[in-house]
Amino acid sequence: MSHAASPQAIDPPLWLLAELTYRCPLQCPYCSNPLDFARYRDELDTDAWIDVLRQARAMGAVQLGFSGGEPLVRRDLEVLVAEARRLGFYTNLITSGVGLDGTRIEALREAGLDHIQISLQAADDELAAAVAGSAKAHAAKLAMARAVKAAGYPMVLNVVLHRHNIDDTDRLIALCDELGADAVELASCQYYGWAKLNRAGLLPSRAQVERAEAVTQRWRERLAERGREMRLLFVVPDYFAERPKACMGGWGAIFLTVAPDGSVLPCHSARELPMAFPHVRDGSLEEIWYASEAFNRFRGDAWMPEPCGSCSERHQDHGGCRCQAFLLTGDPAAADPVCRKSPRRELIDRAVAEAAESAGDIAALVPRQARHSRTFWRG
Amino acid sequence: MSPEVAPALRRGWRLQWEPAQQRHVLLYPEGMVQLNESAGAILALVDGRRHEEDIVAELEAQFPGAAEIADDVAAFLAEAGRQGWLEVGP
Repeated sequence: MSHAASPQAIDPPLWLLAELTYRCPLQCPYCSNPLDFARYRDELDTDAWIDVLRQARAMGAVQLGFSGGEPLVRRDLEVLVAEARRLGFYTNLITSGVGLDGTRIEALREAGLDHIQISLQAADDELAAAVAGSAKAHAAKLAMARAVKAAGYPMVLNVVLHRHNIDDTDRLIALCDELGADAVELASCQYYGWAKLNRAGLLPSRAQVERAEAVTQRWRERLAERGREMRLLFVVPDYFAERPKACMGGWGAIFLTVAPDGSVLPCHSARELPMAFPHVRDGSLEEIWYASEAFNRFRGDAWMPEPCGSCSERHQDHGGCRCQAFLLTGDPAAADPVCRKSPRRELIDRAVAEAAESAGDIAALVPRQARHSRTFWRG
Repeated sequence: MSPEVAPALRRGWRLQWEPAQQRHVLLYPEGMVQLNESAGAILALVDGRRHEEDIVAELEAQFPGAAEIADDVAAFLAEAGRQGWLEVGP
């Protein structure tokens, strides 16, 4: 079977996600890093990252996310930001805020960093500590958010929503407003990696989601009345949707992720799939993007089995998410079971029912720690 | 938007010509607006110094004979303001 699409049909990547490291001082139980992150201890060095940046920019990538793990643990972050900015990337730092201080904020600004996104776990210290496993992180994040705004950056605040904090949506938005956010992403937990492992203890109820969405809508109206420009993005968990999301805008369509060890992926979750991905050593990013087996595997629609293959919506949602299809059905080419047309939709409905039954003790969640990660692989 | 204020891009946002896309794009945190030719030509003159009438005059010089430039610029700036692309207030 040939998966090669004609080169003319493949657009260049617009987004590069540079996952600089899997190291992180926090241990959120919904982390999107792979369960076996602890096995990837080798990280690309500064020169290798600079080469990645140059290649991706030459191909046409223009939005760049420095992510992780916690990208601030890389001492060469400022060097990489400076090179990225010089190349013409719009540079986004996606951080927990832990490890940031006034000196680094200034150094990053001098390097030309365009934007800082800080994640918050909760509206208060106690819940934030229970989620992130750090008693001091929340207060540090609030201080850094203020410092980021004071330094003149645009700031997006990101809150991953789950059953333990979603009822605090009103307080969360109020906090973001007070911190001066330019935008807030109320991002429902996506059930990959650690979040999939902890799904029964994280998934909110439909009633919780509906209440939080209504609260968000009221805030939008109030902000508009005040003339306050703070975009509110509310991402509904796709388990409560009828159709799958157009994941990553399509496989190998817009996004290019380079993982800490140099693996090249169509998204940061893809290494959970039972397939091999190229490494930056294996060839140029251009060869990998346009010609590799992995990047062509789910492009177009020739790979789609039914019900996707003949579906009138197949070019809107691209069959949904390959990782979700694999994690839930065992088949990476299956229709995303979120879809009502999927013969496996019962997997989603059952997960929602199971979560409703689960006691929901936050202490029962498995924290994202290297010692737990090591139980997911044996080298 | 008030005609007394010279329009400026929202702080931290950036207009850039992208050779790979052959168009101007407006870059902002984690996102991008892909602009058509006229939108790109107008935004390229939005710098916080030129007033709306200066932008119109420059475009009329760049594109002699083009009709309704003043109306297009006014409509575009109003829409850009609604979309949150421009700095609010003086």
